[in-house]
Amino acid sequence: MLALKNIEIVQGDFRLTADIELQSDQTTAILGPSGGGKSTLLTALAGFVAHSGDIFWRGKSLKALAPADRPVSMLFQEHNLFPHLSITQNVGLGLRPDLKLSAAEKAKVETALNRVGLAGKGASLPRALSGGQRQRAALARALLRQKPIWLLDEPFAALGPGLRQEMLELVEEIRAEQGATLLLVTHAPEDAKRIASEVVFVEAGQAHPAQATGPFFAHPSSALRAYLGN
Amino acid sequence: MGACAEPVIRLTKPLGIAALFVVAVLVLAPVLALISRAESGGVSAAVWPAIRFTLLQASLSALISVALAVPLAKALARRAFFGRGLMVSLLGAPFLLPSIVAVLGLLAIWGRSGVFSDMLAVVGLGPLDIYGLEGVLLAHVFFNLPLATRMLLQGWQAVPSEHYRLAAQLDLAPRAKFALFDMPVLRGAAPSALLVIFMLCMSSFAVVLALGGGPKASTIELAIYQALRFEFDLASAAQLAIVQLVVGLSAAALAFHFGKATRFGGGLGAPFQNWDTRRGPKLLDGAVLVLAALFVGLPLLAILAKGLAGLGALPSGLWGAFTVSLGVAAASTLLALGLSLVLARLIETSRRGGAIELFTLLLLATSPFVIGTGLFIIINPFASPFALALPITALVNAALALPLMLRIIRPALSRVRQDYGRLAEGLGLSGWARFRLLTFPQIRPELGFATGLAAALSMGDLGVITLFAPPDVQTLPLLMYRLMGSYQMEAAAGVGLVLVASSFGLFYLFDKGGRGAGA
Repeated sequence: MLALKNIEIVQGDFRLTADIELQSDQTTAILGPSGGGKSTLLTALAGFVAHSGDIFWRGKSLKALAPADRPVSMLFQEHNLFPHLSITQNVGLGLRPDLKLSAAEKAKVETALNRVGLAGKGASLPRALSGGQRQRAALARALLRQKPIWLLDEPFAALGPGLRQEMLELVEEIRAEQGATLLLVTHAPEDAKRIASEVVFVEAGQAHPAQATGPFFAHPSSALRAYLGN
Repeated sequence: MGACAEPVIRLTKPLGIAALFVVAVLVLAPVLALISRAESGGVSAAVWPAIRFTLLQASLSALISVALAVPLAKALARRAFFGRGLMVSLLGAPFLLPSIVAVLGLLAIWGRSGVFSDMLAVVGLGPLDIYGLEGVLLAHVFFNLPLATRMLLQGWQAVPSEHYRLAAQLDLAPRAKFALFDMPVLRGAAPSALLVIFMLCMSSFAVVLALGGGPKASTIELAIYQALRFEFDLASAAQLAIVQLVVGLSAAALAFHFGKATRFGGGLGAPFQNWDTRRGPKLLDGAVLVLAALFVGLPLLAILAKGLAGLGALPSGLWGAFTVSLGVAAASTLLALGLSLVLARLIETSRRGGAIELFTLLLLATSPFVIGTGLFIIINPFASPFALALPITALVNAALALPLMLRIIRPALSRVRQDYGRLAEGLGLSGWARFRLLTFPQIRPELGFATGLAAALSMGDLGVITLFAPPDVQTLPLLMYRLMGSYQMEAAAGVGLVLVASSFGLFYLFDKGGRGAGA
């Protein structure tokens, strides 16, 4: 279980509070209007933002851990790949941060690239790939890192509807194989309905407790109704 | 950032602090040495003319350069024409041109037997004589008009072209347009341009050495040179250096107060779409551009022409001087590169980064001559400063290049950190691996550009070397100066061309190398 206990983040005028518990081995959608604090919540989990309160993963506090030592892999909206490194190198960083890969590790990279549908693209630079393919490469790296928690910060927001759906399904498929715990930030309700078992609604600086996706949309709160616009 | 968010700093921090220590020693030790040697009591009467002339020529140089740069930058900003890119590149050339070579080119155009004197002789007018204040101003405007133009041009290009579109649509009167666009640009860029040029001219030695001189046109630095070199009067040299330091620091403090970001170089990209089709301003802009191109271009052409003619008269000491110059440039560039990399990193990560950056700018305010004189006094009791001419020159050149390199490298480091810092930290990319895999490939263009600048400037420098060099030691610029001093102008022109080719070649090599595998 991932527990956020009495989290408070203050950045200038902005203030975000969260006191929530999330089940592991499932997907939780973080839904809400832009500027509400969805991304801030994720960056706090990844260790990039100072906060009060504490975060527990399987009962252990994450507070003192550096970003690289936390049990999380994070995918951003952009800048997930280093533009001057090849796809193989970018993915290989997930295994060895100094890129001194053994033959066995290189084979693992190849397998991961196959899994996300990028077979044969290893030697390319990121700029030679489409936006969707770049995010697939970032996904391959997350796959190799074997971290139990995946944080996805609207990584498919820039893609067209068909491609976004395809990517979400791929992510969910691989997540289920790995038994990972996935937190997906999105402002699209249909993304949440498609792959999330629970939803955390974040608006006006507050993260509401997680609710099962079905009841969440079946009996919308007034804030949710205002957000959905009906 | 929380306690968990700081990146792992193992080796880089101690290295950065060591570099900071080196800079502190470079700034403070000479100053302390000067204070210990300078005679107490007031400034001697003989020094006043030098102080007056220094302030006069630096103020006039700054005023004239900026005043002329206003119409030129405006013309460049609002006209698109064939060769505009070339013109902007041409404006970059004087910054890299060794000053002693520039003097030769200027003399070929404006001197007693130069092009203009010949033309005046046809109508029976006497030859021009540019030695003294006129020559110093001419050379300083030649160097700094392009610099001022580039600084102002950046200001004008920062005005979004949509604003001009709106102004054209509303058919604003010229006065209104001036108040709306030009005044804010000038208020932002002109004070810092004036002060930067004032500071550069205050410590410009080679130009005054070649074109000034005599009691009427002697600067503080020239007086230091004479006191050390001819009278071996350490006490008055120290006193003069302190005067120079005080004036320099005052100008620097003013510059810091007025100047926001003053960037050198950088992208001067797409021209504005011009909506003003009236003929009067168009002709005026055209005239300004042609005159500016001639003013900057003719001396460059003269350097090339005279240099080619002088290649047959190259002196025997050329090869030796070339290798010495290259060695000094290599040593100073390596030192400056290493120092600026670790310092940039320290400034980036330290809480007191701003203060550290400000401190390194002190190097710019303490002129090379101040550092040189201080080092002379420190070394003198232990060893002959003349025997250490080359290492001292390399050290002082490195100190000069350091602030310039920092201004180029640090923003690049910031950018990498902003774009990829979190990704790298999330992946545990740190230390040497982070430098090798992320930082170096990303900042390579800036690194190449900065290294090229440092190498070219050191190659062409004729400054502290004149304080220390014994007769049998010479760099290329010193060889050229000595040839000019003995009126071997043809040989000097040949050496000048070799020197320009080496300076520009070094810059080209590093700049190109930096952009070679650009991401």
